[in-house]
Amino acid sequence: MEQVFNWITANQQILYIVILMIFVGIEVIGRVPSVLHTPLMSGANAIHGVVIIGAIIVMGKAEPGNYPALILGFLAVLLGTLNVVGGFVVTDRMLDMFKKKK
Amino acid sequence: MSFMGLNLLTIAYLLGSISFILGLKMLSSPATARKGNLLAAAGMGIAILATIFLYRDNETGEPLGNYGWIFGGLLIGTVAGTLAAKKVKMTAMPEMVSLFNGMGGACAALISLVEFSHISGSIQRSGIHEGHGGTVLIILLGLLIGSISFSGSMLAWGKLNGKVKDYSFAGQNVLNLLMLALALVATVWLVIHPESSYLIYVVLLLSLIYGIMFVLPIGGADMPVVISLLNSFTGVAAACGGFLYDNKVMLTGGILVGAAGTLLTILMCKAMNRSLKNVLIGSFGATASGAAATSAQGHYKEISLSDAATVMAYANKVMIVPGYGLAVAQAQHTCHELEKILTEKGVDVAYAIHPVAGRMPGHMNVLLAEADVAYDKLQEMEDANEGFKNTDVVLVLGANDVVNPAAKTDPASPIFGMPILDVELAKTVIVNKRSMKPGYAGIENGLFFQPKTSMLFGDAKKVLQDLCSEIKNI
Repeated sequence: MEQVFNWITANQQILYIVILMIFVGIEVIGRVPSVLHTPLMSGANAIHGVVIIGAIIVMGKAEPGNYPALILGFLAVLLGTLNVVGGFVVTDRMLDMFKKKK
Repeated sequence: MSFMGLNLLTIAYLLGSISFILGLKMLSSPATARKGNLLAAAGMGIAILATIFLYRDNETGEPLGNYGWIFGGLLIGTVAGTLAAKKVKMTAMPEMVSLFNGMGGACAALISLVEFSHISGSIQRSGIHEGHGGTVLIILLGLLIGSISFSGSMLAWGKLNGKVKDYSFAGQNVLNLLMLALALVATVWLVIHPESSYLIYVVLLLSLIYGIMFVLPIGGADMPVVISLLNSFTGVAAACGGFLYDNKVMLTGGILVGAAGTLLTILMCKAMNRSLKNVLIGSFGATASGAAATSAQGHYKEISLSDAATVMAYANKVMIVPGYGLAVAQAQHTCHELEKILTEKGVDVAYAIHPVAGRMPGHMNVLLAEADVAYDKLQEMEDANEGFKNTDVVLVLGANDVVNPAAKTDPASPIFGMPILDVELAKTVIVNKRSMKPGYAGIENGLFFQPKTSMLFGDAKKVLQDLCSEIKNI
């Protein structure tokens, strides 16, 4: 039990961010019209591509001879980039079509 | 220099976090959505570049290495991602989102795999420290959630492009829960005994299978909801990475998407008047057979192309109800063509848009906008339902469940309670479908058997082309 309390204390900053971000996330999209559901999902999909930063760190820290880590890291960077770039581009294409209507 | 660099990195991450929050906010309003997306993309770019050049290891202060590998991955990913996103057809966009989401999940899972091998290596060398439990837990959660999101998204992708059929069997829910429970037990065991490192492969395997089994029984029409849910899973997996590296931009971005994605999932369910539980557990197929039996009997009548053309050409008001069939046939341009020809003949033409027609909310708006259909021609459900009683001809193009009167009249129907387009209020209804097969929800549609309805079978594009040429000749 003590370990758990220690862990909470050690990570309290992060826990505050997590809790506040949950409220921000809910608040920010609370009033979205249903036509925008899909682009919003797609945009959020691109944003969680931020996981690529973790991939870059893994890749950049791998020792040059450690091929399993290098290969897994490389794959992670590649997939993360696909998520980010593909996500933003496809969202932009969706929204571009909305704009034309006016 | 390195101190300065770290300060810059902090500022870059702060900018990234702010851009994500603002971007998401702007994405939820039509006027600012596109700018919001670009803003979030810019923030992401800053955060990525800052990481590559300014990151320093907490303990050693070393910068990142392996630039060749990093830039190689970034370059290939950028080219492939841009091409895929640019080339994808409108109808396939939800699939594409699912695919990209799976990539993000896989990325999170891979990070966890590498980090776990680091930590288990250090445990072998110097024994277990007190802090290891928490770190191992975060790594495993990232792996678990990321893998579920990856395999689930891949299956959702396969379902949406028709490669995988729905499949369910008795006791599936129990089996799924059992697998999830096993994965969690293995996770907890590893947190307490990090030296049993082989268990990580058990967690990996179980969560991959769980992701597949979780999506397998869910109907194709519900895929957008599932993708949105998996999207928020990936957000949480990304946040685990943020926790692990004490990286604020990953943490904020991940949690933001996790929370917003969960709410969005619930909002999508609401738009279809269903609960999330109903989508995930009470899959459509289970109750459909009962409802189908009651309305399957009856006769439908067909209408010939020339009759349909005549009826429409001499009508005062025609309403077009587009659905997934139109999207599949890529007939949006031909549909716009028909609208123009009818308008030239003095017919008042408008489109009735059901918010969840197609495979994703807003699908029809996007599809028709692609064909340059004027914005004011698109009527939302409430307005369209007002207008149907003054309408002479309703042309239903590949829509089915969104015009199924069972949603209003048959409490036993799985779609009971979903708001629909009241096309029956119009004088005549012409339904274009490829065959009498029921729609995606797998339920019979009583509308097709009503006296005022006539069927016009065939591929939407072919039928619309023929209609256009028939009407021109009148």
